[in-house]
Amino acid sequence: MPKLMIAMLFILLPAAASAELRVFACEPEWAALADELGGDLVETYSATTALQDPHYIQARPSLIAKVRNADLVICSGAQLEIGWLPALLQKANNRKVLPGNDGYMEASSFVVRVDATGNLDRAKGDIHPQGNPHVQTNPHNITAVARALGGRMAKIDTLNTESYKHNLEQFISKWEPAISQWEDQAAALRGKRAITHHKSWVYLLHWLGIEEVENLEAIPGLPPTAMHLGKLTSEFSEGGAEVIIRAPYQHAKPSEWLSERTGIPAIVLPLSVGGTEGATDLFTLFDDIIARLTEAVNGA
Amino acid sequence: MRVASVTNAGLAFLVFLAAPVLAQDNEIENLRTAIEELRADYEARITELERRLAVAEQNSTQAVYAAQQAQSLPSQPAGSDNSAFNPAIGVVFQGYLRGYDGEAREEEGFAVGETELIMSANVDDKFAAYLTAALAFEDGESALEVEEAWVETTALPAGFGARFGRMFSGIGYLNDKHTHTWDFADQALPYQAFLDGRYVDNGLQLRWLAPTDLYLELGGELMQGESDPSGLGTYSLFTNIGGDVGASHSWLAGASYLDLDETTSLSAAHFVWKWAPQGNWKERNFVFQTEYMERRDTSTDTGWYAQAVFQPIQRWRFGLRADGLDLDVDDPRRYTIMTDWSNSEFSRLRFQFARSESGPDDGNEWGLQYIHSIGAHGAHAF
Repeated sequence: MPKLMIAMLFILLPAAASAELRVFACEPEWAALADELGGDLVETYSATTALQDPHYIQARPSLIAKVRNADLVICSGAQLEIGWLPALLQKANNRKVLPGNDGYMEASSFVVRVDATGNLDRAKGDIHPQGNPHVQTNPHNITAVARALGGRMAKIDTLNTESYKHNLEQFISKWEPAISQWEDQAAALRGKRAITHHKSWVYLLHWLGIEEVENLEAIPGLPPTAMHLGKLTSEFSEGGAEVIIRAPYQHAKPSEWLSERTGIPAIVLPLSVGGTEGATDLFTLFDDIIARLTEAVNGA
Repeated sequence: MRVASVTNAGLAFLVFLAAPVLAQDNEIENLRTAIEELRADYEARITELERRLAVAEQNSTQAVYAAQQAQSLPSQPAGSDNSAFNPAIGVVFQGYLRGYDGEAREEEGFAVGETELIMSANVDDKFAAYLTAALAFEDGESALEVEEAWVETTALPAGFGARFGRMFSGIGYLNDKHTHTWDFADQALPYQAFLDGRYVDNGLQLRWLAPTDLYLELGGELMQGESDPSGLGTYSLFTNIGGDVGASHSWLAGASYLDLDETTSLSAAHFVWKWAPQGNWKERNFVFQTEYMERRDTSTDTGWYAQAVFQPIQRWRFGLRADGLDLDVDDPRRYTIMTDWSNSEFSRLRFQFARSESGPDDGNEWGLQYIHSIGAHGAHAF
């Protein structure tokens, strides 16, 4: 028996003894940001990959175990994770990361959210009454969340407060010039028109001055219908948009179908880090987004 | 605009001054030149002022945006905690139309099933509470039954959690799943035969979650039981482990023991395996689950089920289930197929067909079911 107990201790101890600040991010962009701001001081884990739709995730045992051991949970919020995060928090028995405590933060509450309707009528589909939660596609929002996240990490991990502050300034000093560079590169995209699969890109399109003219989903969250696609085909047969955008996890058929009939190029854009091969961190995420958009619009 | 009207006034004044000497051509020419110079000068200044105004406007927009960013922190409430209403209230509507071949039965025909009323909220910073009541129509009368009414701790340290009140026991896999989350319209045979559907009782539950990357939960309950309603004469123990295999697969396994009274006990084991390509659940997924139960009193009876549910495309699911009992008297077997269509995650229509063999329900049964929910809808457990 003692042998067994010692063996059990060895299994249990490594996770309990690690000194790093453990960050559980609901989406990979926040894990990437925590890595930028925490460096070696943090151990980050992303609950989802950029190839998964973060609206629809199973409250898996592995995720509960990760939340159990987390010091900080950061999610997009605005009800993006409402289908699974509450189940994780309820089962994880970790009071540190429950809403209202320092260990819980919602990234979208630190930026100006758009399309907040306050409307709760589900006949209008999968809507977010507190506004669009996909805030990571505007790099200015990343700046705002970085300041909040850096501050929170410094508050929780008091031994390393100065390091987090230093890392934050370092990150901002690289991030701000990168934004200017992206804005220069994307200047020619201003005034272009895009059709998107789901309203995942409003922050990106606002930032770049691209107009969102239509969605493939007639009702948000429900799959595109043949009737709606037919309507779009006749509406855009003479042009009227320069690009059709979808996320990696969205079904390819509707956008390719419309592209074939209208000649408008259909592209995949990474919605987060890891969404495409090129998008390996936050910087290359936006490099890749701008490159893909520019190529599609110039080719058209 | 103010600059422009000043210019006009100035020009008018100059014309007024010039009136007495209009006769002299030279003077006129000089004045004209002077006016032209003045106009050019003012226009240059106006242009400069307009440019500065535009710059100032742009700066102020950016400043406002930056200020909004900075100030918006407290103004936007956190939103994934399901507390848009306090308490969160949801209602699940269910109905079932069923038919049998062979002789007529009591259950045949249309029945509005349990209408579940679900309310939950944090009580304060240390407790949360949850209530489910089922509105049922039986024998022409409506009845309200409290299914669950418990209070849970949210502030225990070291991975502990406690729950007290009336609750679905944590034993087995299906035991604490509400009817609207079932993959088939009816409960699996071992639950029907050994637990009258499920084990629900009043008492206390304690759970502990290990601080490991492998999900490991240990739990136990003290319940009233039927033999001694005044005390806590029944206890249960259960454990669950689970994890992922790559990005696409995840699993859960568990074992439980329920001591009903001195002579009766129940042991159970379950295994669940879920698959979705890249873990992207919405498009396509597959779930396999199976449970085994053994009930011991004067004799030992066993029961089991195994089921597989596949969603090949969004909205449509197809399922197969086999369940059976090995009793003293007979060994009933049942085979069920189902298909359901979900317009959204809040609505579901289901068709089911079952073939029963060598049991009291021998024969074929078909059913049409609807499950619709409104209001706050809690996240579903794995």
